[in-house]
Amino acid sequence: MSSKLTRSNRAGWLFALPGFSLLFLFIIVPFFFAFWLSLTNQRLVSPNPTEFVGLKNYADLLSVSVLTLEPERDEAGEIRRDDDGAIAYPRVRSITRSDEFPQYRGMREWFRWHWGDKAKVVIASDVVFMKALVNTLTFALFIVPLQGGGALLLALLINQKLRGINAFRTIYFMPVVISIVVISLLWRFIYSGNEGLLNNILEALTFGAFTPVDWLGSTDTALGSIIAMSAWQAVGFHMVIWLAGLQTISPTLYEAAAIEGASKWQTFRYVTWPGLRNTAVLVLIVITMQSFAVFAQIDVMTNGGPLDSTQTLVFQTVERGYGKQDISGGATISVILFLMVLMISAVQAFLTRERN
Amino acid sequence: MALVTSDNRGLRLAARYATLILVALIFLFPLVFMVVSSLKPDQQLLADTSSIRAFLPVGDISLDNYYKAFDRAPIGLFMMNSVGITIVTVVLSILLCSLAAFSFVFLDWSGRGVLLSVIVATLIIPFETIAVPLLLFVSKLPWIGWEGLEFGWLNTYRVQVIPWIVDALTIFLFVQFFKDLPRELIEAARVEGASWFTVYRRIVMPLSGPVLATAAILKSLKMYNEQYLWPLIVVQDEAHRPVMVGLGYFFQLQIAWGEVMAYLTLISVPVIAFYLVMQRAFISSIASTGVKG
Amino acid sequence: MQRTKLTLGALVASTALAGMASAQTELTLWYHGAGNEVESNILGGIIEDFNGAQEDWQVTVESFPQESYNDSVVASALAGNLPCILDVDGPVMPNWAWAGYLQPLPISQEAIDGHLDATIGRWDGEIYSVGLWDAAVALYARQSTLDELGLRTPSLEEPWTKEEFMGALEAAKASGNYDFALDLGTAWTGEWYPYAFSPFLQSFGGDIVDRDGYQTAEGALNGEAAMEFGAWWQSLFAEGYAPGTSQDPADRDSGFIEGKYAFSWNGNWAAANTLASVENADDVVFLPAPDFGNGSTIGAASWQFGVSSACEHPEGAAAFVEHALQDEYLAAFSDGIGLIPATKEAAQMTESYAEGGPLAVFFDLSAEQALVRPVSPGYVVAAKVFEKALSDIANGADVADTLDAAVDEIDDDIEANQGYGH
Repeated sequence: MSSKLTRSNRAGWLFALPGFSLLFLFIIVPFFFAFWLSLTNQRLVSPNPTEFVGLKNYADLLSVSVLTLEPERDEAGEIRRDDDGAIAYPRVRSITRSDEFPQYRGMREWFRWHWGDKAKVVIASDVVFMKALVNTLTFALFIVPLQGGGALLLALLINQKLRGINAFRTIYFMPVVISIVVISLLWRFIYSGNEGLLNNILEALTFGAFTPVDWLGSTDTALGSIIAMSAWQAVGFHMVIWLAGLQTISPTLYEAAAIEGASKWQTFRYVTWPGLRNTAVLVLIVITMQSFAVFAQIDVMTNGGPLDSTQTLVFQTVERGYGKQDISGGATISVILFLMVLMISAVQAFLTRERN
Repeated sequence: MALVTSDNRGLRLAARYATLILVALIFLFPLVFMVVSSLKPDQQLLADTSSIRAFLPVGDISLDNYYKAFDRAPIGLFMMNSVGITIVTVVLSILLCSLAAFSFVFLDWSGRGVLLSVIVATLIIPFETIAVPLLLFVSKLPWIGWEGLEFGWLNTYRVQVIPWIVDALTIFLFVQFFKDLPRELIEAARVEGASWFTVYRRIVMPLSGPVLATAAILKSLKMYNEQYLWPLIVVQDEAHRPVMVGLGYFFQLQIAWGEVMAYLTLISVPVIAFYLVMQRAFISSIASTGVKG
Repeated sequence: MQRTKLTLGALVASTALAGMASAQTELTLWYHGAGNEVESNILGGIIEDFNGAQEDWQVTVESFPQESYNDSVVASALAGNLPCILDVDGPVMPNWAWAGYLQPLPISQEAIDGHLDATIGRWDGEIYSVGLWDAAVALYARQSTLDELGLRTPSLEEPWTKEEFMGALEAAKASGNYDFALDLGTAWTGEWYPYAFSPFLQSFGGDIVDRDGYQTAEGALNGEAAMEFGAWWQSLFAEGYAPGTSQDPADRDSGFIEGKYAFSWNGNWAAANTLASVENADDVVFLPAPDFGNGSTIGAASWQFGVSSACEHPEGAAAFVEHALQDEYLAAFSDGIGLIPATKEAAQMTESYAEGGPLAVFFDLSAEQALVRPVSPGYVVAAKVFEKALSDIANGADVADTLDAAVDEIDDDIEANQGYGH
């Protein structure tokens, strides 16, 4: 690689510099400023002077503790049970709001599990952030295979020589050209609980056997609905990237495979897929990054609800930084997000490294 | 394969088309809903959402919503702004990003590995998180214009263009595709004494039709469709507003859904047209470059 | 590129010309009404009259879409780019005044004599903003519905009690004629929640914050009254009286008109359209808020004009505001977009709010029941917290835990802002 022919410090810097300096000025510098904000108590709107607070913002987001609750007992020492026979425990607020336990002040229950007749309760200083974190990871986990795989299938489907294939290519790409804000508005009609389009279509397809679902209004379906819509919208985007990758594979390789009598699967496995390696890395990384930045869908469709089931990190960044004027809190979330995704992409880079 | 009869082939063909059409329906139905709704008065539009009529131009069909939409907002102005901003940004973006990517893939220079990692890392930074710092920054930036040196970029086109020219995704896109280009061609050209810029212009760019088209399409979508928060905070005068900010004009307390649909349909037209043009360019470029690798 | 440059050039040239042609000092006004043609025309008329009526000031307007107006102003304030005259939503005003975006409005006392109290924005003992109108919320119903269900028609003097109100909802639900008994407008996220629903909490005896000093929400938002309110609020959804937070916005706009809902909790701005769209406009009645024990209240204070701190000519801004406060303009706005004029005299000049007019009841509601939202810079954040708490409770969250969490968040915010200057 580093032959004399390609070694060129001057030309290298010269070519990369214009692009890099713009990126440096307009993304990297502001990001460092955001990082600095996360170490202060800066508000968006305030006449008060800004103070350096160290890692307080990080602690406010990330503090977690575990409480052990003993069952409530009546005078005879018997465990009290409610009408359903479930063990009655003291309320978490009797601890978190008590002056006896100042260390738990302001913390809330995140989730709990049972250990014998005791209950272990995980309390967090910022439950909404924790939920946003889990939702964001869930979103990424589902959307990467759904979108990446779906896009590859579409690309293969569309990469055949058929009359009118261009029209289909255009149609599949159509949702991508429409702004995600607009798409989200349209899908609110589709997902609507009572007489929404989706419920109607499903009812018609099942001859009325389908019970209507309040897709965005139920904690069970809200995140899934948004994942499905997001995949639907962006799959055409990645189809185009896969297609461009497919176009770079030499037709002579396919001819050779045909002469060898390779099956379709073998052709895909030994000709197409290896030729898509760089594209695959690109698609994987891009989808991962985009999925961690999910915002507009949430903002238009659910505002993070119901019951925080669709909170995401970027939505929380915006909600805090702008809505609640806590710009340092918002910046802190974005720094945490940055570090997290950096780690994930380092792992991805390791897993997809060139093995030669 | 050898046993395929003509009947069988016809059946396969039909199955292929059936699949294509079915998938097409899945992608089309919300958009059909949008266009069809833009032709209906509000009451009917909302009533129709509960049946198949949502997808059919039936009932009281007219272009009224379009006329009303044009009365409500200077749509022509917004679209000109957005198209202008998009074109300028995309052209500069393709140029600067491909140059940078060329340098990362084909040239060997100290620091390129680190620099590329830094660039890829910026992919992760959601714009929302740097909006405020960036606002404070551009509000102080100098500019030499017709009236000499001035400070502050607010209420201009440049503030909507320059910060957006270079992005990690476009560079990364070029990098990944350049990696697949035949390195021998470049080395051969260098042996023959071509300058690096000649190699870039005469060899690499002509081979890059698909990725150029892809990058241009994706970048233009980003510029046209996603420019909301930024213009909102850096542009206060109507004369410089882009289409997504214009969407706000339609969300009054009583939302006129028909007009919203009309506006959405209108602003989608340039992007779809652009995609169609690029798709054609993209296919012909493949045809002309022929064999690779 | 060429075209954008040309447009830019033309723009520079035209503004330069305009500047030369006039000896008046230019004052820029920012307004939230972009996209609302009627509103823009009325405002345009007022400005034209003002510019023609005196020699000193020349007001020019820049309109913004309402949903993003506040963000635009905050951004401009950060960037040091504020105009002279600002349009500001009543409850947000203390925040902007405290932050230094606004300066006191040097308006004469006689200009605001006889105005509805909630149209005057006061902070720290000074007037910062004045509005041309107020807004009010009422329970939309049909007289025929009340008769059919055998319900007493409540009045301002004798509103429904909690029991009567719940009885009405139960009767409407039991009748089976409606998708839901009550439309609360849960589809309208944002300021609607605190504006429309915090008066219920106040009627129960709670509040968003403790108005005594505005230093904590403890006790106000999680005391006994608030817990009772929370349980009631949750029951509206749990019992199926009202559609939840995923209500279709289109249903919000047209559900009552189409007869899907028996009652609708909605603002006066929607009244004109409702009367125009229902089959029998005479049948529609606007009922006052129920009394949950502590009197009936509704939210108050709408958009108002103020002077930015960047303005070098507050006297010019005040002159414009005083000009705009004339009854004929108040009446014009009211006729145009259905808002409640700020004075009785103006109300008499309007079609809807004059005595015996179809919306006159809203004027009385505004005069009798209006309670401004907490006058504190911290309201902006508390409102958001309150909104989330209400939607969580509506979706089944534990009432006590949710209200406690809301209190913690509001208190943390007040502390982080060093008491917000109270």
